[in-house]
Amino acid sequence: MSPEFKTAFKNSVPVMMGYLVLGFAFGLLLSSVGLGWPWALAMSLLIYAGALQFAAVGFFAAKLGLVQVAIASLFINIRQAFYGLSLLKKFADTGWRKPYLIHALTDETYALLTTIPVPDGLDAKRYYLYLSALNHSYWVSGSVAGALVGGAVQFDTRGVAFSLSALFVVLAIENYKARRQILPFVIGAVAASVAMMTVSSANMLITAIVLSLVMLFALRSRIEQGEDDG
Amino acid sequence: MADTTYLISAIAVMAAVNYLTRVFPFLFFPDGRTPGWIRYIEIYFPPVILTILVFYSLKDTDFATAPYGLYEIGGVALTVALHLVFKNYLVSIFGGTLGYMAMVQGWLW
Repeated sequence: MSPEFKTAFKNSVPVMMGYLVLGFAFGLLLSSVGLGWPWALAMSLLIYAGALQFAAVGFFAAKLGLVQVAIASLFINIRQAFYGLSLLKKFADTGWRKPYLIHALTDETYALLTTIPVPDGLDAKRYYLYLSALNHSYWVSGSVAGALVGGAVQFDTRGVAFSLSALFVVLAIENYKARRQILPFVIGAVAASVAMMTVSSANMLITAIVLSLVMLFALRSRIEQGEDDG
Repeated sequence: MADTTYLISAIAVMAAVNYLTRVFPFLFFPDGRTPGWIRYIEIYFPPVILTILVFYSLKDTDFATAPYGLYEIGGVALTVALHLVFKNYLVSIFGGTLGYMAMVQGWLW
């Protein structure tokens, strides 16, 4: 095993728990509307977006028109258009891996890629590929397993999805340690709170992102000033 | 359930639109050379979005009725405390999740 794979595996373990469980839940849901594991496999490989795949089960049941499916998909995942902005440089020299790295850019993979530095001496592009593919494999495995098991077995998994919240909390702490700037976290918390109180939960994420970007640019000189002082 | 052709078309549409949202910035800045405002986003957007994702992942918490979101607050506090003490991702995430599961599933009471 290459050191790139070992490091990628170690860093992907927190995502493993969340993806296996959430993927499993998706597979269960899909099988409950009569679609078996090949559908779960195809969707998790090709779409690979949690919220959209859960919503898709509803689209199928309603036989929603394809144009509406496209519009709904765009709104559910438009936030991802901002993620690439932080990864332009990191992904610049990844060659043939780049189209796949972009395909596999979920919330969790984005969070890991932008927060945990690549250890010295490792080939970054190979590390990125392993990390992205491992996370993807957890999601695919979980959803296929869920579809295979169907409704046959009951587990009490209440609360397991908290592992993703815990992952974001831990990554936020690590991110703070790297820069020691509190203002971006305050902006995120204010934007998220305002969005939670004012819009429906379906629109919360994109509203929070837009609000936070407005605040981030309004406070740009102050934040960059803080960087010089620190 | 809808027919196979419809399902395949719908999955293809979702896969394509989803890829489009992820590839968008790379289409505009193909060589990775970026203006100053993008470099600003590159550095300061991750902490902002991480904070938003913490809230987002807990957005269905009901603060109006018992237990008033105390499990979620407790779970986050436990995760933070474990991380500050042990400085180990796995300890913080496993510990925080187990603590949260213990509360929501009522292992302790």
